[in-house]
Amino acid sequence: MAEPGQNGLCVTLRQEGPIPLDLSLTCGANEIVALVGPSGSGKTTILRSIAGLYKPAHGRIEHDGDIWLDIASGQCWPPQRRSVGFVFQDYALFPNLTASGNVEAALGHLPRGKRGARALALLDQVNMGGLGGRWPDELSGGQCQRTAVARALARDPTVLLLDEPFSAVDQVTRRRLQGELLVLHRSIAAPVIFVTHDLREAANIASRMAVLHRGAILQIGAPPKIFAQPVSPTVARLLDLPNLFEAVVHGTSDDGRFTVLDWRGQRIEARVNASVAAGQEIDWMVPRSSVILHRRGRPSRGERENPVSGRVEDMLVFGDQTTILLRADFAPELPLSFTMSTHAARRNGIVSGVDATVSLVADDIHIMARN
Amino acid sequence: MDWRAFEISLALAFWTLAVLVPLSTLIARALAWRRFPGRGLVEALVALPLVLPPTVLGFYLLESFSADSLLGGFYQSVTGELLAFSFQGLLLASVIFNLPFAVQPIQRSFEAIQPNIREAAWVSGLSNWSTFWRIELPLAWPGFVSALALTFAHTLGEFGVVLMVGGNIAGETRTAAIAIYDRVQAFDNAAAAQMSAVLLLLSIVAISVVNLTARRQRRSRG
Repeated sequence: MAEPGQNGLCVTLRQEGPIPLDLSLTCGANEIVALVGPSGSGKTTILRSIAGLYKPAHGRIEHDGDIWLDIASGQCWPPQRRSVGFVFQDYALFPNLTASGNVEAALGHLPRGKRGARALALLDQVNMGGLGGRWPDELSGGQCQRTAVARALARDPTVLLLDEPFSAVDQVTRRRLQGELLVLHRSIAAPVIFVTHDLREAANIASRMAVLHRGAILQIGAPPKIFAQPVSPTVARLLDLPNLFEAVVHGTSDDGRFTVLDWRGQRIEARVNASVAAGQEIDWMVPRSSVILHRRGRPSRGERENPVSGRVEDMLVFGDQTTILLRADFAPELPLSFTMSTHAARRNGIVSGVDATVSLVADDIHIMARN
Repeated sequence: MDWRAFEISLALAFWTLAVLVPLSTLIARALAWRRFPGRGLVEALVALPLVLPPTVLGFYLLESFSADSLLGGFYQSVTGELLAFSFQGLLLASVIFNLPFAVQPIQRSFEAIQPNIREAAWVSGLSNWSTFWRIELPLAWPGFVSALALTFAHTLGEFGVVLMVGGNIAGETRTAAIAIYDRVQAFDNAAAAQMSAVLLLLSIVAISVVNLTARRQRRSRG
């Protein structure tokens, strides 16, 4: 198991049901780890287990030398003792207390006389200055979220857990709150683990991202790396990555730079992958941004790189970016999806039904070996 | 007008509440949040006094209070007194027949508290005890007010059970409701009318308290 480092968190959870869990996870004090995965993949249960709100059948949770949970030896600290800050999905503010009352409730470790001032300071820290007297039902979604964060910080938590913290606010507020979380993380130096459905959010703020499926971590690492190199088609599908195909390995190119694939009789050169051998069935994918449209009537650079001809089936204009669906002539049931700037698509006369040829950038083609 | 009967009624109502509120809180909280074997049975037993004819309930209570029953015999061996036809026996009966009126509103108000509110309290470092006093109780308060008012009014008004268990002993078990019946039997309709008016007034006050509290709660939660 990896060392979490100083002030780090080390979690192992395992059970068959009712919510299957089988994973090990570490989070260092300088890290923000995002848990992503479909509903029911166990994301929230992991957070609840760490906080002490859920007791798994088997598991061990260690933080900075303290053993919070060790089922094997029967040790299980209650949530009150674990010094976690927890931001619930719907915030779970105490409706009978004002914003500052909510924060003060979590300041039980301070003498009574100092709680009020500390609560105000915490609310200031989350940009809620002046709103401490409001009742939860008088706060907007973003203000509730900030209050919940201030309350979570009130205990001086050594671990901060957030369950879909930004799901209930509008896009603009979400961006702002994400930024605030990053700033906050710099000042608290505690492991932060958050659950999200929003992959872009995970990519934006997490230092590492764990892709969960049925209680197991399929892949964990830096988000750009996971998006570019998912370990399996399942991960690629969970991340909603396009252009996922099957092929048979043909061999390695003469110069050793590429692994050559046989994709339905079409030769595809891909970034070399030493772990696959000729004759093996594999999965491969190419990112949307690595499918390059050939200019009409004018040969352009790299045209010989994995050319694929087909017919434009559909195009979706998302503002200044257009996503185009191309059905390859040799495999019309396997459409390729790619994006290009809307004005370039227009200039190249791309409309539904026209014939077009694209190149797949060999260095960006990612091969996934099957176990 | 039989002021002594009112005194007994009020004393009975006070002591019933004193016993019933903590007891109902325990039962209601367990029924609201715990899943345990026999939960359905407990819920049914609590609701039983609502549907049982008071005389039937009174009959069974009277049987179990008698000196040769288990409960009544035990009480007599400890105190040397008979449980039936005593104020203490009346109090016990009152607690039992008021159970649904106290437990059900409190249970509903505990059930209305989102589970993650309590969890939020725990992860904020509040002990179970502080969570109860600072979060659960304030949120469940309307249920407690309903329980208090309903139990109070119901204790003042209960007739069948009281007559069966307590009889009609002046200064010991003759409550206001029994006294009214007693006066009517004696053709003293003026006294019966006075006492009825007082009970009517108390009942209106009790219901108003419940309704006002419910409305205030709705407003404050938006």
